[in-house]
Amino acid sequence: MQTTIKILTLTFFLFIIGIFYLSLNKEKSYNTKSLVGKKLDKIILERFDGNDFLDVEELKKNDFTLINFWASWCGPCRLEHSTLMILNKTSKLKLVGINFKDKQVNAKNFLKELGNPYHFIAKDEYGKISINFGVYGIPESILINKELVILNKYIGPLKDEDYSQIIKTIN
Amino acid sequence: MKIRIIFLIIIFVFNNLLASEKSLDINQIYKNLRCLVCQGQSISDSNSDFAQTIKLVVKDLIKEGKSENEIYSFMADKYGDWIVYKPQFSKQNFILWIFPYIVLVGGALIIFHFIRRKKG
Repeated sequence: MQTTIKILTLTFFLFIIGIFYLSLNKEKSYNTKSLVGKKLDKIILERFDGNDFLDVEELKKNDFTLINFWASWCGPCRLEHSTLMILNKTSKLKLVGINFKDKQVNAKNFLKELGNPYHFIAKDEYGKISINFGVYGIPESILINKELVILNKYIGPLKDEDYSQIIKTIN
Repeated sequence: MKIRIIFLIIIFVFNNLLASEKSLDINQIYKNLRCLVCQGQSISDSNSDFAQTIKLVVKDLIKEGKSENEIYSFMADKYGDWIVYKPQFSKQNFILWIFPYIVLVGGALIIFHFIRRKKG
């Protein structure tokens, strides 16, 4: 009996230590990168300056699509814009911009000033569309493939290493 | 007479069931959703931009006829289990759910064994 209790106690402590070890080595900052590998839901996007619509299913025509969430009032969006302009020149990649809680006139001025890298711009006046993509702040970008599977999620402005990773993925 | 009473009871039970299904407590749903961009606040407590948007989406989902659990599943699907204060039973967290019961049963067995030994 004594031995059983000793084994049980030891197992219990090892279990507790194991839990602590796993939890302490876990990444603390919250992000939605768990969406990587999931397929996009069926969503219809509305063009931000017209009555045109884009069914997300249509993105299957592209080899790769980068869905970028941006707004004219967002400072970091300004920072990443030059990266998007370069990515626009990549033939295998199409860029879809989702204008997040923005005024159309301000968004147009923003693109006039910095250039328009997008092949399609959708509007998300109240931010509700972005919830379907697991967005909780902008800028955020989602790289998807032909099967509409999320290959990567970039939270915050696109950095040089993100650019390199995108190029590596699509080639 | 008996048939009438049974009939009335059935109507009463069905009415209650339907009423409980229809009356979704939206504030309860807000309270069970975590504001991801706030410090320890629920969607109900927060006035952040993110919380306001989630509230709009929850209202839309209710209008679409989604149940409370379907709303939680939708949110967990987009933001992970972290957004729900009470995560749903899944492969990843089953130990968390089952462990207290294992400890309870294990503890009871040990106590039972000790008592039996003492008596013996």
